[in-house]
Amino acid sequence: MTNFANRSTLNVSVKNLALRWLLYAVLALFAIYYMLPLFVMVTTSLKSLEEIRTGSLISLPRDVTFQAWMTAWSGACSGIKCEGLRPYFWNSVIMAVPAVLISTFIGALNGYAVAQWRFRGANLIFALILFGCFIPFQVVLLPMARLLGQMGLAGSIPGLIMVHVIYGIGFTTLFFRNYYVTIPPELVKAAKIDGASFFRIFFSIFLPLSLPIIVVTIIWQFTQIWNDFLFGVSFSEAGTQPVTVALNNIVNSTTGVKEYNVDMAAAIIAALPTLLVYVVAGKYFIRGLTAGSVKG
Amino acid sequence: MIIWLEKHMPKIVLAPSFLIAVIFVYGFIGWTAWVSLTRSRLLPRYDLHGFIQYERLFDSARWDTALNNLYIFGFLFIIISTLLGLMLAILLDQKIRTEGVIRTIYLYPMALSLIVTGTAWKWILNPGLGLEATVRDLGWTDFSFDWLVNPDMAIYTVVIASVWQASGFVMALFLAGLRSIDQEVIKAAQVDGIPTWRIYASIIIPSMASIFLSAFIVLAHLAIKSFDLVIALTGGGPGFATDLPATYMYTMAFSRGDLGQAASSAMVMMMIIFAIVVPYLYSELRAKHD
Amino acid sequence: MKSKFIFAASAALTFSFAGMAKAEPQAEVLHWWTSGGEAKSVAVLQQEFASRGGTWTDMPVAGGGGDAAMTALRARVLSGNAPTAVQLKGPAIQEWYEEGALSDISAVAEKHGWADVLPASIAGHMKCEGKWCAAPVNVHRIDWIWANAAVLADNGIAMPTSWDEFNAAADKLMAKGITPLAHGGQAWQDATVFEAVALGIGGPEFFHKAFVELDQATLKSDTMVKVFDQMRKLRGYVDSNFSGRDWNLATAMVMNGEAAFQIMGDWAKGEFLAAGKRPGIDFLCASTPGEGFLYNVDSFAMFDVSGDDKQAGQMLLAELIVGQNFQKVFNMNKGSIPARVDVALDDFDTCAHISAQDMATSNAGGSLLPSYAHGMALRGAQSGAITDVVTAHFNSDMSSSEAVNMLAKSIANSL
Repeated sequence: MTNFANRSTLNVSVKNLALRWLLYAVLALFAIYYMLPLFVMVTTSLKSLEEIRTGSLISLPRDVTFQAWMTAWSGACSGIKCEGLRPYFWNSVIMAVPAVLISTFIGALNGYAVAQWRFRGANLIFALILFGCFIPFQVVLLPMARLLGQMGLAGSIPGLIMVHVIYGIGFTTLFFRNYYVTIPPELVKAAKIDGASFFRIFFSIFLPLSLPIIVVTIIWQFTQIWNDFLFGVSFSEAGTQPVTVALNNIVNSTTGVKEYNVDMAAAIIAALPTLLVYVVAGKYFIRGLTAGSVKG
Repeated sequence: MIIWLEKHMPKIVLAPSFLIAVIFVYGFIGWTAWVSLTRSRLLPRYDLHGFIQYERLFDSARWDTALNNLYIFGFLFIIISTLLGLMLAILLDQKIRTEGVIRTIYLYPMALSLIVTGTAWKWILNPGLGLEATVRDLGWTDFSFDWLVNPDMAIYTVVIASVWQASGFVMALFLAGLRSIDQEVIKAAQVDGIPTWRIYASIIIPSMASIFLSAFIVLAHLAIKSFDLVIALTGGGPGFATDLPATYMYTMAFSRGDLGQAASSAMVMMMIIFAIVVPYLYSELRAKHD
Repeated sequence: MKSKFIFAASAALTFSFAGMAKAEPQAEVLHWWTSGGEAKSVAVLQQEFASRGGTWTDMPVAGGGGDAAMTALRARVLSGNAPTAVQLKGPAIQEWYEEGALSDISAVAEKHGWADVLPASIAGHMKCEGKWCAAPVNVHRIDWIWANAAVLADNGIAMPTSWDEFNAAADKLMAKGITPLAHGGQAWQDATVFEAVALGIGGPEFFHKAFVELDQATLKSDTMVKVFDQMRKLRGYVDSNFSGRDWNLATAMVMNGEAAFQIMGDWAKGEFLAAGKRPGIDFLCASTPGEGFLYNVDSFAMFDVSGDDKQAGQMLLAELIVGQNFQKVFNMNKGSIPARVDVALDDFDTCAHISAQDMATSNAGGSLLPSYAHGMALRGAQSGAITDVVTAHFNSDMSSSEAVNMLAKSIANSL
C-alpha cells in the first residue's frame, strides 16, 4: 500500500488522527448505503406478517421467527407444487457448475492462444470473440430457441449449459487473455526450444500460474449464470427449471396475501451460493484482478 | 502432419470459439437485422417489408423516452460508479484495519440477483413505506423523497439502485490497480516533497488509464443490458417514464407480439453498443503492438 | 433361437398395441396462476385430471399478465417443444392459430355440446376459423366498483350511478381525509379504470367504435376528451403512494377503511371473500357508472403437440375445463362466473348473481363488450399502444387534448 508514514511531526500526527477519523466515518457512511437493502431483507425475513404490516421498514424484529425461512425452502408455492425452493436448487447446481467450469477452461485456452502465440489476425479474432460480451440476451432468445429445438436440446439442462457456455466465452477469454499478456513471452520461447508442445506448455507452465484469474473468472461466471432468469425461464420445462424461475414465481405472484417475509427469505436463500462464493473468494478476487483485466 | 498441427495449434484451439461467435453472435445479429425488416408479429416471418419498423420506432413517443433515459441513466451511472469506485478505492488504500470486511460489504451487491435488489430498493424508496416515512417518523416531518413516484425524477432512482449494485465492483478494479503501482515511483515523489493529493492526481491516477477503460466497458455493458432492475424497481413506470431500450425491446417482443418492432429497437441498441465498443477495442488492441 | 425371436416379437407387438390402445393422458400446462386462491383452483383441475388417469405436469411462470410466461411460450414453440395447454385469452388465441401452433379440439367440443352451453360471443373467442381450439374457464367482469360499506354509510354516500355522483362523493370523502379511490399505479390498472370510465361516459357503441374498431374519428372525438378529463379528476382522488402498488394491496386499503372505492375486475371479490368479508354487509359491489358489461374470459388454448398421450391429455383437459364441476369450483374461488350458462349459481354470492344477470341482459341488448385492457378486444400491439398513452397521461400533467392526439397517433403507428 502506498506508504505515507514518513511525515511525523506532532502537528501533522494530530491532523492525521483527525483525518483518520474522517476516513473511517466516510467509509462507515458508505457501508450503511451498501448494507441497507440487505438489512431490510434480513430483518423482514425474520418478522411475522403481522409485524411487517404494523411495524416500520427499518425496525428490528420484535419476535424473531424462522418460519418464513422454512416456508421459503420447502413450503412456498410455485404453481400447484408447494415445495419451496428446494427442488429447483439442484437444477441450478447441475446447470451452473458444468457451465462455469467448461466456459472457464475454454476461456483459458483461448486467452493463452491469443496472448502467447502471436499469429496474424490473433487480435482480430480476439476482438470478434470479445464482442459476444455485449449482445443483449433478449436478441438471441428466439433464434436460440429454434436452434435448440433443431438440435433436440430444448428444455433440457444440457441445452441450458450449452447456452451459458456460449455466451460466457467472451468474458472468460477477456479475463484470461489480459492476464496471460503480462507473462513474458520468453517463457514460451524457452519451453519451445526444450521441445514442449502447445498443450504441454499450457498445462505445466501457465495453468499453475493462473490461480488468481481462475478464481476471478469462476466468480464472475458463477454470478452471471446462477442469477440468470431469462435463459432459465425460456429454455427449461417443468422439471428442469432453475431456482431463479421458482423465485420469480414465489415473489411475483399477484393474488392473495403477499407474504413479504417469505419473499425476502426466498430471495436470500436463492442468493446464498453467490454470496458464499464472493465472501470466501473475495481475497483472490482482488489478487486476480490485479493481474487480469487491469493491466489492459 | 504433427508439425503442421503443432504449428497451427493456436488457430485450431481458437477455431471453435470463433465459430461459436460467428453463429451465435453475428449470425443471430444478422437474424435480428432481417427480422427488423419484416412485419413479424407473434413469431418471426421472413418476407421483407423495408424500413417500416424503423419508421414506426422513431415515431414512437415511448421509444424517445427510452432512448433519452438511456443517455441520462447511462451517463450518470457510468460517471457516478466510476468516481465513487475510485474514491472508495483510494480511501480503502489507506491501510484500514477492517479492510477485508469493508471491501466485502462494498462488493457483495454485485452477487445479488437484480430481481431481489430491485424489490428491496422499491421498498426503501417508496415514500409511504421507506426512507421518507422513516425520516418523518423520526421527527423531520417536512422531509420529502418521492422520486420513485415522480415521472421526472424516477429515472434517478434507477441510477441510485444500479450504482449501488455496480460501484463495489468498480472499486475492486481500482483497488487492485492501486495496489499494483510501483512503490519506487511513489517513494521518489515523496522524497521530492510532493504533497499526497498531488501524487494521486499526477502520478497514480494517470497510470491507471487502462483500468478506467475496463471499468467503463463493464459499466457501459451493464447500463445497456439494464432490464431486470428496472422491471423490479419501477416496472417501467410511472407511466413509461423509466423505460429503457432493453425493456422496450422485451415488451415489444414478448408482451405485444410485435417482433418486428422489437428487432428494430434491438438493432438500434446494437448500433449504439457498436459505436461505444469498437473504438475501445481498437485503442485497446492497437496499444498491444506498441 | 427362433422361438425366442417369435416370443420377443409378439411381446413387442402386444406391448405396442397395448400402448396404442390405452394412451395415458398427459398434459404439461403453462400458466401464471401461481399463488393463493388461483393456484388452489388449478389444483382442482389437476386432481380431476388425475382421477381420470391423467398425469399433469405443472409449468408455472409468474409475472404480470403473463409476460414471462409468454416469453417462455415463444421459446418453447420455436424450439418445437410446445406445452400441451397454455393459459391464453382473447385475440392472442387466434394470433397463435395463425402461426400454426394450435391444435383442433372440435371433437371434444362437439361431443359435449359446447355450442349449446356457451354464450355466442364467448364461443367465438374459442374458435379458430370455425374450429374449436381453446376451452373457456370463466367470465370475469371488469367494470366493477367496490366499496367499504361502513365508510359509505358513515358519510351518507350511496353507490354512485353516474360519474358526477362519483366525483361529488369523492370530494366529500377527501374533505374527511379518506382516500376516495384506492388504486395501484401499474399500467394495466390505469387501463382498467380508463376503459370503465370510457364505457360509462361514452356508452357501448362509443366503446366498440373506439376500442374494437379503432375508428380514428372516435378516438379523436370530444367524448374521448371528456373521458380523459374524468381520468384527470380521478388522478386527484388517489393517494400519493399509489405508484407501483399491486392491485390486491389497493383492495386491502378498501377493506380496512383507508379508502372508500376501488375500480377493479371481479377478482377483487376473491380478496374480500378470502379475508372473510361479506358482500352487501362489509363491502358493496356495483357496476361502474354507465351501462354495458366488459368481459374477460380466461381460457386454455391447446397447442399442436405430437404423441397420443399428449393429445389424449388435451382432449381430457378440454372436457374437464368446460365440465360442470370445475366450472363451479374454480369460479367460486376466483370471483368470476362460469362460462357455462347452465351451472347452478345457488352457492355463489350476491355479486356473482348480479354479474350473471347483467351478462344476460347486456348480451340481449348488445352491450356485452370485450375488455381492451385485459386483452380481449385487441391484439397486443394495439392494446399496448393505448395503455401507453393512458398511463402516461395519468402519471403526468398531460392535457386531455394532447392525450387524445397521442392516442390517435399511437394507434396509427401500431397497425
